[in-house]
Amino acid sequence: MSARETILRRIRAAVADAPEVAVPRDYRTASGAGGLGGSAVQDLPGLFAERVDDYRATVLRAGPGEVAGVVAERAAARGVERLAVPPGLPEEWLAGLCDVRLLRDDPPLANDELDRAHGVITGCAVAVAETGTIVLDGGPGQGRRALTLLPDYHLCVVPAGHIVRGVPEAVALLDPRRPLTWISGPSATSDIELDRVEGVHGPRVLDVVIVGN
Amino acid sequence: MSGTFLGMPAFPANAARAVQDSQLRHNLRKATHTIRAKRLSTIAEVPDWRELREAAKAVKDATLRDLDRHLLCLEEQVTATGGHVHWARDAAEACRIVAGLVRATGETEVVKVKSMATQEIGLNEALAEHGIEAYETDLAELIVQLGDDRPSHILVPAIHRNRAEIREIFLRSMPDAPPGLTDEPAALAEAARLHLRQRFLASKVAISGANFAVAETGTLVVLESEGNGRMCLTLPETLISVVGIEKIVPTWRDLEIFLQVLPRSSTGERMNPYTSTWTGATEGQTFHLVLLDNGRTDVLADEIGRQALRCIRCSACLNVCPVYERAGGHAYGSVYPGPIGAILTPQMRGMGSPLDASLPYASTLCGACYDACPVAIDIPEVLVHLRARAPHPPAERAAMGAAAWTFSRAVRLTRAQRLASRLRRLLPRRLPGPLSAWTDTRDLPEVPAESFRDWWSRTQGGPR
Ligand code: SF4
Repeated sequence: MSARETILRRIRAAVADAPEVAVPRDYRTASGAGGLGGSAVQDLPGLFAERVDDYRATVLRAGPGEVAGVVAERAAARGVERLAVPPGLPEEWLAGLCDVRLLRDDPPLANDELDRAHGVITGCAVAVAETGTIVLDGGPGQGRRALTLLPDYHLCVVPAGHIVRGVPEAVALLDPRRPLTWISGPSATSDIELDRVEGVHGPRVLDVVIVGN
Repeated sequence: MSGTFLGMPAFPANAARAVQDSQLRHNLRKATHTIRAKRLSTIAEVPDWRELREAAKAVKDATLRDLDRHLLCLEEQVTATGGHVHWARDAAEACRIVAGLVRATGETEVVKVKSMATQEIGLNEALAEHGIEAYETDLAELIVQLGDDRPSHILVPAIHRNRAEIREIFLRSMPDAPPGLTDEPAALAEAARLHLRQRFLASKVAISGANFAVAETGTLVVLESEGNGRMCLTLPETLISVVGIEKIVPTWRDLEIFLQVLPRSSTGERMNPYTSTWTGATEGQTFHLVLLDNGRTDVLADEIGRQALRCIRCSACLNVCPVYERAGGHAYGSVYPGPIGAILTPQMRGMGSPLDASLPYASTLCGACYDACPVAIDIPEVLVHLRARAPHPPAERAAMGAAAWTFSRAVRLTRAQRLASRLRRLLPRRLPGPLSAWTDTRDLPEVPAESFRDWWSRTQGGPR
């Protein structure tokens, strides 16, 4: 008998007597059910900014027409000379940059080229206020997964309308068939005395620009 | 990792040695107390924690109830999205499958993301026998591997090492460690970054585990902190994931529960820095999924013991356990230490060895683990259940049998207590014969002149 058949048979024999289980979903769900009144958060961008800041990422706010200026200011502040850019990123976000070489990932950059980039700029698919999380799904302006991994600096532009309350709302909006990367602060480790220290293999510096209210 | 758990003495001997090690006790105390405080504060800010815990428990029970169906669904989805699914009855079969897959690529080196399943099956050692070198990339795993040591914690395998010890290990065993390396955690992390960078860029094959596998969509999920997971999952051409059959959740939506409870229970953060999800062959990669039984179906067959398979390996139960805090992880003689190890290891490996038979006793039954567990595994209940199944000397078995007979009926208990009160002057300070081992380490409690039950029925609880 194949391993597959053996395992399936063992399982069927093991749970033959197990009762049916109903799953209670009394927690705060995406549809607002759960009845705990937790969805009463009014200022989602404010909460998101506060939670991202807790991870020791830098958060900036910009009006709709101010993104290019903030992006240029950040790139200068971080000393970025070579910036990786995913396909589909709004061109107007890059309009203020000077003296920065744009490495367009189209056709895809080689890994060592990407490794030599100082930073990468992306948008995002969804952001979660309560946990200060950005989710990338590889869509326009976000790029493939390595793009936001190899450069040591990640500048992420988050339109305020992309921010949702909690994890259930984000899960409901995301498509599992796309590769997803959930990012909460810069790369970190808790492996030394269980204390969070910033910076191991992923980008060690994360700047988040929230656009609009 | 060349350290091995095989042939270790029973838990009491290991623990007795560990508590003599004051450096170890200090490291563990410091780390577990830090994490306890963080966990409590991030959980306190979630108004629906209790409801999330109930749901997490029920989703896992529902998964186990129909595990065959969910596994078949997972297989179908992974295959439909370009992945390859393999089934392994035991550790040897899983190692053989993985070694075969690596050899087929022609590579002799692989990078690894921290995974309990691959530790459990001894994959690194098995690959070495096939001439394949496995490089651990998680900081703590790297510390364990370079220090030729064994893991002592589910989440932070090098928790028994402090920063000064880690610096020494790096200077001794990492050829490219910066000569002026300090014991600042940030400097140690930087050294690991430099050490592994070229390896990530050059590796063609990676091996991972997974925290969850979604049956409905075929999606795998890995939670991590450092970005080494992303490196392994993203850069190599071939990805092999070894996943225990109990890691399944039925639906995509179920992740809305586990992505909340797992980070807060494990590192005490609102969210871990990186979570990756992928479905089938992604961005041009070749993807293999190895589904592992290795004793899990034996656990599943035990009506009380099967709740251990709900475990999402958060390690909260270790961090709150007074026995773990003092004995450390190595004493449990398994890759699964602490309270969860004490119920999982004897069920998966059986209780044939003195070590495995002693594990259900590696607990004070204080219940802190149950309170902390995000999937509500009643660890004390399973411990007591396993104690009854463990091999016992005849005198102890007779005593336990008599106790069960007495406690099972209130009237018998009342009679027995009155008898003991009347005879209390005659009772010895030590138990006789084989039972003396019990009183060697404990004072036999004095029998009161009046039992609590008699006192209560006489006074109704006394003046209030
Ligand atoms: S038994 Fe519960 S608390 Fe312990 S590691 Fe597993 S899920 Fe976490």
